[in-house]
Amino acid sequence: MLWNALTIAVREIRRNLLRGFLTVLGVVIGVAAVVIMVSLGQGATESVTSQVESLGSNLIMAIPGTGVGPSGGSAPGFRLSDAEEIAAGVSGVRAVAPLRMVGAKAVYLQEDWSTQAVGTTVDYFSVAGWAFAEGRPFTEAEFVGARPVCVLGNTVVSELFGQQDPVGARIRLKGLTCEVVGVLAAKGQGAMGQDQDSVVVLPLSTVQRRLAGRLGDRDVDRMMISARDGVSADRVVRDVTDVLRDRRGIRAGEDDDFSVLDTKEIADALSSTTKILTYLLGAVAAVSLLVGGIGIMNIMLVSVTERTREIGLRMSIGALPREVLLQFLVEALVLSLIGGLVGIVLALVVSYVLAQAMGIPYIIDPRINLVAFAFSAAVGVVFGYAPARRAARLDPIEALRFE
Amino acid sequence: MTSRAPIIQLRDVTKTYGAGSTAFRALNGIDLDIKAGEFVAIMGSSGSGKSTLMNILGCLDSPTSGRYLFAGCAVEGLSKEQRALIRRHYLGFVFQGYNLLARTSALENVELPLLYRGMSRGERREQARRALDAVGLLPWRHHASNELSGGQQQRVAVARAIATSPRVLFADEPTGNLDTKVSREVMELITDLNRTQGITAVMVTHEPEMAGYADRIVTVVDGTIASDSRRRGDGVESEVA
Repeated sequence: MLWNALTIAVREIRRNLLRGFLTVLGVVIGVAAVVIMVSLGQGATESVTSQVESLGSNLIMAIPGTGVGPSGGSAPGFRLSDAEEIAAGVSGVRAVAPLRMVGAKAVYLQEDWSTQAVGTTVDYFSVAGWAFAEGRPFTEAEFVGARPVCVLGNTVVSELFGQQDPVGARIRLKGLTCEVVGVLAAKGQGAMGQDQDSVVVLPLSTVQRRLAGRLGDRDVDRMMISARDGVSADRVVRDVTDVLRDRRGIRAGEDDDFSVLDTKEIADALSSTTKILTYLLGAVAAVSLLVGGIGIMNIMLVSVTERTREIGLRMSIGALPREVLLQFLVEALVLSLIGGLVGIVLALVVSYVLAQAMGIPYIIDPRINLVAFAFSAAVGVVFGYAPARRAARLDPIEALRFE
Repeated sequence: MTSRAPIIQLRDVTKTYGAGSTAFRALNGIDLDIKAGEFVAIMGSSGSGKSTLMNILGCLDSPTSGRYLFAGCAVEGLSKEQRALIRRHYLGFVFQGYNLLARTSALENVELPLLYRGMSRGERREQARRALDAVGLLPWRHHASNELSGGQQQRVAVARAIATSPRVLFADEPTGNLDTKVSREVMELITDLNRTQGITAVMVTHEPEMAGYADRIVTVVDGTIASDSRRRGDGVESEVA
């Protein structure tokens, strides 16, 4: 009987393809929306997590402010001596790179490029995991002497120099002329979608004295701390926090006015945010699937009225009410399953294109596809039932006379 | 089909619509026997009750009181489902408005009742082709119903009705939508099926010319049988009151 109903339902759908298409359009869009939203969200989460983790699993960040509340933006920066103290005084720490960041326009001959100047110590290159494509890092002597030397990120090189060799050339940063001594190997996009390669690295002393202007001695924007292998990141975070509380004069019982985070924490925080966003978007998309279901019911109801005579005929030649019910139910189910399949295929294509365009990984999660498919089937049965029951309740004599 | 026993026996059948003061009695004590192989025309003006009688005979409706024996079995008290099964297995229907599925080939239209019988695909095809051949439309089997003329559509409808080899073929104003020439063709087809294949046929019509094709004419007036006459005596004696 089920096979029979399927044969009849498929014939009915084939008989009016346009009607079928319009019926399932809502489901196609609904399923596609859910799958696209969730797979892009998962791609974004994956991208954020992997980018943060690529910073290194034993990396710890110290930033002024707690990131929440009114003190977030106003907390004073760190001192260079804070970094020296942590490097010397905390046992699990391998190296500390203090960072002073200044927006600056880099100029070479006719070319210019707005980028970020980072003042730091020699340790920065190893702490942040930079490799050199060309040249060398600045030296300890150049740091001490606050020499006008710089190392360029890949993007800056291609914007200013094109195919030319930048090493040995002189570029201008604001009022400062400095010599290019090295080029960093490309890293690509960062966790927040920023270009990590749009950077000019200089000795911190040079930035402080010649580029940024005086800001007192608490002008270090953040510190990147690399822990020794095998050392618990939690312990290093605690020790660094203790040192910083002490040096910043925070009494017991008072809140920190700075944050110390290890990369895993950062990754977790970011990915939980994107996960929440993913579910939110998925839920919004699921509403459109529901609307698609109502579309099915709508068109099926109209179609039952329109096909009253056909139903009357089927009944007069011996179709049982439950067979008519089954026929319409199977019709709705088959339509919504086809809609679900088309929606999934559409979603795979669209999310592939979007993932490429947004530069995030293309993730196919079979679970979400299955869930969306099952949901579309449920939509078909739930919203197909009312029209099917109406069809099954028709009286054959009345239905045959229906004009 | 050679049985001489009546395939249809109605005894004091009444049909009342509504209840109380608004009740309307459409049939008022009908007694009718139809033997296998007969071709009966039921005549009457509109409102006479002939359509109600047809619906009861065709198991589309059940009588309010009285007995209905179909092939010796009482069917007057059957449920909706049971009546549907009787229609599926023993009856064929032809309607005034053809009632073919649009955008569907003649062959698939004829297959429809076979589908509900749960027949296999091959058997279905074979039987549908045979029925289409019987009405002379085999060459048109792949044409969609809306590509056929009115007369052709009604012949497809006849093919659909006889594809299941029903015990009785019911035709409700089969020529109502057709012009005279085509009407005659359809009537000759039904007459021919009745003569050569022995199909019992019951037809409702208000056109005397069409009723003239039948062996026997039953006239219904105000819910009772006013006259019951045989046009031609071919060995069967009329015993009907």
